[in-house]
Amino acid sequence: MTTTVLGGVGAGIIPEPFLRAESVAGKFFLMFFAIAFFAAVFGLVLFLASLFKGRSGEKWQGVIFVAPALVLLSVGLVYPAILTIIQSLRGRSGEDAFSLSNYSAMFTQPELLLVLRNTALWVILVPLLATGIGLIYAILIDRARGEAFAKALIFLPMAISMVGAGIIWKFVYQYKQTSRPQIGLLNAILKALGFDTQQFLINAPLNTFMLIIVMVWIQAGFAMTVLSAAIKSIPDEIIEAAKLDGVQSFKMFRFITLPSIRAALVVVVTTIGIGTLKVFDIVRTMTGGQFDTSVVANEFYSQSFRFNAPGLGAALAVLLFILVIPIVGYNIVQMRKEA
Amino acid sequence: MSTLQPAALPESVNDKTIAEPPESVRPGRRRRKSAAGDAARAITSPWASGLAIVIAVLWTVPTFGLLVTSFRSQRDINTSGWWTAFGDPSAWTLENYRQALAPGTSASLSQYFINTIVITIPAVVLPLFLASLAAYAFAWMPFPGRDALFVAVFALQIVPLQVALIPLLDFYVNRLGFGASYWSVWLSHTIFALPLATFLIHNFMRELPSELMEAARVDGAGHVTIFFRILLPLLTPALAAFGIFQFLWVWNDLLVSLVFLGGTPDVAPITVRVAELSGSRGSAWYLLSAGAFIAMIVPVVVFLLLQRYFVRGLLAGGLKG
Repeated sequence: MTTTVLGGVGAGIIPEPFLRAESVAGKFFLMFFAIAFFAAVFGLVLFLASLFKGRSGEKWQGVIFVAPALVLLSVGLVYPAILTIIQSLRGRSGEDAFSLSNYSAMFTQPELLLVLRNTALWVILVPLLATGIGLIYAILIDRARGEAFAKALIFLPMAISMVGAGIIWKFVYQYKQTSRPQIGLLNAILKALGFDTQQFLINAPLNTFMLIIVMVWIQAGFAMTVLSAAIKSIPDEIIEAAKLDGVQSFKMFRFITLPSIRAALVVVVTTIGIGTLKVFDIVRTMTGGQFDTSVVANEFYSQSFRFNAPGLGAALAVLLFILVIPIVGYNIVQMRKEA
Repeated sequence: MSTLQPAALPESVNDKTIAEPPESVRPGRRRRKSAAGDAARAITSPWASGLAIVIAVLWTVPTFGLLVTSFRSQRDINTSGWWTAFGDPSAWTLENYRQALAPGTSASLSQYFINTIVITIPAVVLPLFLASLAAYAFAWMPFPGRDALFVAVFALQIVPLQVALIPLLDFYVNRLGFGASYWSVWLSHTIFALPLATFLIHNFMRELPSELMEAARVDGAGHVTIFFRILLPLLTPALAAFGIFQFLWVWNDLLVSLVFLGGTPDVAPITVRVAELSGSRGSAWYLLSAGAFIAMIVPVVVFLLLQRYFVRGLLAGGLKG
């Protein structure tokens, strides 16, 4: 739908030749023009700031330094967020009378309830599994030979886009009838073991779990990196003392390692939780939210831009915001406890 | 025990530089390696190695499988699994990449690839500019309302960008006349990056000794001079840490580009195109596999080269979603 607005040049503040280009040279020209343009604005700000002198001028300098960032944030984030909240209260279209109908729809319509259930599954399973696997791996390879290489293997999926990860796993899950030669790894394994092949991305509720695996695959590297650094920062004296007291490996983990890295664990779980809440690319690339796999962030996109229900879309965006707050709150409370 | 560990093993040296954030990020951090994993492994070693290898294989095989697939012919891909490809190395081909990149065809990804580059570079540079200016003021310049404003910027990190998308699209199209142009994504990525960037760079700046600034002031240097001459050179690690974050985030982004640019070939990035192909031509694996790796190659190379900075950024508390 956004393509239809292509020609919608309203009160254009940037003339058309600087908006779009078809040739490669034109595109790079635009890029350098933009950088030069912003550098000029940047220089202007610094020039303005340098005009103020003395102690009282210093206050103004500070204001001028933060002004560009604050203006962009107010106009581009705070104000739109307020508009979205208002829109979410004005019916499916976002233009009707004020009501809570979008929010009540979320908790009554079966297909939206399903979206909430899926999101809950994601937000519970991904942080737990990714953190668990990351922690185990971090402990296993700690000080092992080739640790850096072993880490890079797990860490690499973080550099890959979620779109790329979606394609990679879609191919792993690829379905062919049992009798035919298999090209998807997972179904090939099933067939080799004598089972029927599965449509992993179509059969609900299995498909949601198959998508969750992709996110775990991406996030485990993050958990592993942060937790590994935390494990390395446990003072050796504590470990040595525990060893002298005859503490064995499992107890060592339970009573020494785990309490020592508690703060890092909280950070990892909450960070992954927030990231998972907003997961969109994976669902969009692998199933498009069909076959009962939609989650809040994907449903936000579908309702806003495909099903022509911007009011409901806005309500889903606000729901994301509301759901982030308790996770951040938990993080802050735990950090306070730690301090 | 661990203190006797020879530190000269290449991987352990290498690892230290990767895993350890600078002292400025985590002041209390010790530089020595722990004995925790050592203790765990000493007892369960064979099982531990086995499990570690299983995880490593599970994490690598999916990518490897698609990589192998991208070098097989269209016919081979659809009639046999990629694991059979090793039997006949002569059948390997670059044809998929040639087709995916060939200019002029409807399946061509080259123009989307260029769009991604053109989108990414300003979207990394611009927030670095703005955030370092703001961070400097928040860290070292007294002005009324400073602390309250900084807390506000910090708190904005939790606002999901979804809540801003629809009104922003409306601004761009109806008020500014940008429509589906690079400007929409440049500005949006900048705005969404500012809270985290300001916060991270501010933290680095606060770690610098105030004597440095005071000495420069006594010598008569203004804030503009201090910012350029003294701070920017010292900030390089912080800027690199945030820069690589933002680079990966923008290069790999799907949602922002999809909303503001749609599928317009003139401006849409490669992620949008590959996601679209996955939906419309979901079984064209010759195209999807090559496309996915064309989209991946730059961030993976950048990531491997600059891993150290990336990890530093992670440990300093930055992960955007």
